[in-house]
Amino acid sequence: MTTIAPPADPRLAEGAPATGPDGSARLRATLWTLGVLGAVSTGATVWLGIWVTPPDKVQGNLVRLVYLHPGVAWVALYLAFGLAALASLLYLWPRTRSLVWDRLAAAAVEVGVVFTACTLISGSIWGRPTWGVWWAWDARLTSTAVLLVLFLGYLALRRVPAEPHVRARRSAFAALFAAVDVPIVHFSVLWWRTLHQGATVLNPTLSPEIHGSMAWTLLLGIVALTVDFAWMLVVRYRIGLLEDRLGAEELDRAIDARRAEGGAA
Amino acid sequence: MWRDALLVGGKDLRIEARSRVALAQIAPFGMIVLVLFAFALGPDQSPLVHAAPGLFWVAVLFSTVLAVQRSVAVEAGDATRDGLRLAGLDPAGIFLGKAAAVGAQLLVLQAVLAAGVLLLFGARVVHPWLLLGTCLAGAVGLAASGTLYGALSAGVRLRETLLPFLLLPVVAPVLLAGTRLWQSSLAGGAPDAGASWMRLLLVFDAVYVALGVVVFGPLTEAA
Repeated sequence: MTTIAPPADPRLAEGAPATGPDGSARLRATLWTLGVLGAVSTGATVWLGIWVTPPDKVQGNLVRLVYLHPGVAWVALYLAFGLAALASLLYLWPRTRSLVWDRLAAAAVEVGVVFTACTLISGSIWGRPTWGVWWAWDARLTSTAVLLVLFLGYLALRRVPAEPHVRARRSAFAALFAAVDVPIVHFSVLWWRTLHQGATVLNPTLSPEIHGSMAWTLLLGIVALTVDFAWMLVVRYRIGLLEDRLGAEELDRAIDARRAEGGAA
Repeated sequence: MWRDALLVGGKDLRIEARSRVALAQIAPFGMIVLVLFAFALGPDQSPLVHAAPGLFWVAVLFSTVLAVQRSVAVEAGDATRDGLRLAGLDPAGIFLGKAAAVGAQLLVLQAVLAAGVLLLFGARVVHPWLLLGTCLAGAVGLAASGTLYGALSAGVRLRETLLPFLLLPVVAPVLLAGTRLWQSSLAGGAPDAGASWMRLLLVFDAVYVALGVVVFGPLTEAA
């Protein structure tokens, strides 16, 4: 297979029945909107975080990581993996079974793994000057690391070739089994050891402990990273959709080629 | 469901009684892991005694992976999985039976490994009932989650390398809780919050047993 002909298959232009109603035009519009919003809000966060907000009395410039780290962690630990678990459940539920949910779960986990790695890396960069070590066996660090490994396992399972629906079903079960483990891991590691500072914004009394421009920058950072996540999610979803269509199209073409051979002989 | 569980569990244990894979291969493997730990930590008794609970549970986790792989392999040939389904057995019963067989083998493995830890590492038991209860609760949790992951990986190519990767992080809480409970029941360990660790272990057991009973049918249907 050296040359690939231009798409003659109508399914490449319009949504194929198995892939849901989302036409390419709507996806592209969503991508543009999210991309512009994400770039603007991320740019604003960088500007506020580096030039506008003052350094902290105790932590100095190190405090600026706080505009990034909680947002990344929120996206990774709650948004991405919550979405993946929900999409996997929707796939397993017979009435809502569709490869749309499978692709969404896969996209959420893949982007979530990147965000989880960024959470660990940014936390590590903060931990080296503050705690004196790159890594501490603290409860949140450890449970985040376990979560990363759990979902790397999910991605490894997805890489094993299989029929789309077989793979979707298998992956959805794997996500479900891993998701029920997350609270247990959380508590076990919490009791095992704890050293991390408590939640700053979402603490039990819901009264933010930081003020003024710093608080606004932190919140804007969370919004910006959420939008960035949504953009990456849609990009990854679209890649998955196109991969599936390409696979189906190549199969059709291969079948046609064999038929032609049969006719010629 | 209970009758089916007994049938399937009895079948797996009968196969084990005749083939002796767990006893002749997996248990020695666990002992080798213990001896390797001793080599790694040096011949002094005190670090070994201190690390004994953790080493025991790490060895149990590794052995669990092997026991689960054996339990899956038993059904892999001759379309046995389809045979079980065609026999009209309740999927929940199949799950409970296979998990019970793995759990029973794990208890034997734990007995061998515990003897190894007590003899080789010179650990001393002060609360034998806590020790036994922990082994039992740990075996239930490991068998249930292992059987689920075993069924998940059953039809998958490359399952030998995939299963440990998927299973070991999931059973990390069993390692943590088991180690802490063993520390409390061995001499010289810190007497810490045993009750909450036991509760955690029981919650883990309940979650994975319940999950297996509910999803084993759809999981094995078309995988």
